[in-house]
Amino acid sequence: MSFNSFSEFLAMGGHGLYVWLSYGLGVGVIAANLILPRLSRNRLLAEQKRRLRREENA
Amino acid sequence: MSTGTNPGNARRGSALALFSATVRREFLLSFRRKSDLANPLIFFVMVATLFPLGVSPEPDFLAQLAPGVIWVAALLATLLSMDALFRSDYEDGSLEQLLLSPQPLFVLVLAKVAAHWCMTGLALTLMAPLLALMLFLPADGMAGLLLSLLLGTPTLSLVGAIGAALTVGLKKGGVLISLLVLPLYIPVLIFGTGAVQAAVTGLPLAGYLALLGALLALALVLAPVAIAAALRISISS
Amino acid sequence: MAEKKWLPRWFFQLASPRWCYQITGRLLPGLLLLTLLLLAVGTVWSLLFAPADYQQGNSFRIIYLHVPSAIVAQSAYLLMALAGAIGLIWRIKVADMVLKSTAPIGASMALLALVTGAIWGKPTWGSWWVWDARLTSMLILLFLYLGVMALNSAIENESTAARAAAILALVGVVNIPIIKYSVEWWNTLHQPATFKLTEKPAMPAEMWLPLLVMVIAFYGFFVVSLMQRLRNEILWRERRTGWVRELLNKQ
Repeated sequence: MSFNSFSEFLAMGGHGLYVWLSYGLGVGVIAANLILPRLSRNRLLAEQKRRLRREENA
Repeated sequence: MSTGTNPGNARRGSALALFSATVRREFLLSFRRKSDLANPLIFFVMVATLFPLGVSPEPDFLAQLAPGVIWVAALLATLLSMDALFRSDYEDGSLEQLLLSPQPLFVLVLAKVAAHWCMTGLALTLMAPLLALMLFLPADGMAGLLLSLLLGTPTLSLVGAIGAALTVGLKKGGVLISLLVLPLYIPVLIFGTGAVQAAVTGLPLAGYLALLGALLALALVLAPVAIAAALRISISS
Repeated sequence: MAEKKWLPRWFFQLASPRWCYQITGRLLPGLLLLTLLLLAVGTVWSLLFAPADYQQGNSFRIIYLHVPSAIVAQSAYLLMALAGAIGLIWRIKVADMVLKSTAPIGASMALLALVTGAIWGKPTWGSWWVWDARLTSMLILLFLYLGVMALNSAIENESTAARAAAILALVGVVNIPIIKYSVEWWNTLHQPATFKLTEKPAMPAEMWLPLLVMVIAFYGFFVVSLMQRLRNEILWRERRTGWVRELLNKQ
């Protein structure tokens, strides 16, 4: 382990802001790219099912 | 319509005849609306005027900025004029005719861009000394400015034409062309301004001019291929 | 077609949207799990176990995000251009869809590389942005991505849009080495003499092993995200076909 305590870990030797900002952004970008397509997919499927039902009932 | 102005009737197998017929047609069409020809040039001067007004009119300061500002202004003026390259032909259907003709599209496209360059890039290059004066570019830099613009603006026209060809079918193609083409302009900008700055500081120009020449050679060979392909795609929809 | 002699069968099988959808559907869960695992291991390793740099201290840990995202951003562009070429030459719809799906992911990776590079610059050089050769090239790469995305969405007809975007991507790919060379040259002329972010010091194993893990993890993430977007694109484009209708009814 490179750190002796949790508070040391958070502080990152004074560079805490930079490291945590970067990692936060990294997690955010990756999560967005994994979750947003999933949400799009659900929306797409719902829309298309509704369209199908509409066309069958018409 | 006289056969002299229709490139489709040029003697088969004579690329040069096709080229000159197309260039002649472009000049004829453009000179019918002389006011449109002046627009990029006026824009060029106006952009250069913005910098002293927006930043500082001090000669020493402007002299430092001059190479970059003149180049950026030339770049933007070229970009602005790109939309018109294919648009009027597209709108009246003659672009489609050109694509359907048995003539090699490479030559046609090269001719159109060459004519366009004469009316924009070359004209801008000839006007550049005026801007150099306004922005206090040291006299040593003039040769570098003119040579770099002379070698660089054809590349700008060729690459810009790719953007124009890709967006000719779109109604609001203008701003999109800039977005597509600006990243591709950056190497020309870097070497062009490098040449001017080298000239100003008395360093040898040959390397920069050679690089600009290499970029031009590459563009001359590859751009018409991309332009032709892009035109076919834009028309097909 | 003469090409059938040297192209494997699976190349043409992949061209079928339906087949592509089914294959990716089967691969996705496993790949997602693997990717998340690699990301978790890589992140913990980078943050907790990798040593801090002697000169830069703990801000050095940003390298474990900056380098993988930069690598993926560049590889993704190559893939995008390749997909564009395949779509143009063989008129394969799936290739068009791959191009369209890759662009946003590549763009977000380029953005991440840029932002982490800028954040890294602050403690290292004292300012939030520096016109360093690599960062500037990455910025231009981001612009190239945005151009492809803009062109794709500006043209209404999907196949026309894909082919136009393919040409743009190919023109861009030819330009990337030129841009890199010119920006590096420009930077050596104008750069203040400071420690280069881009110079990788000879890294001991404790430093480059977690980097390797993160690079692989990011590639995995890219493939997973691409598959997700590709499947959405396939569903949308093929929404009127029989197999999609069956699929919808089964949902």
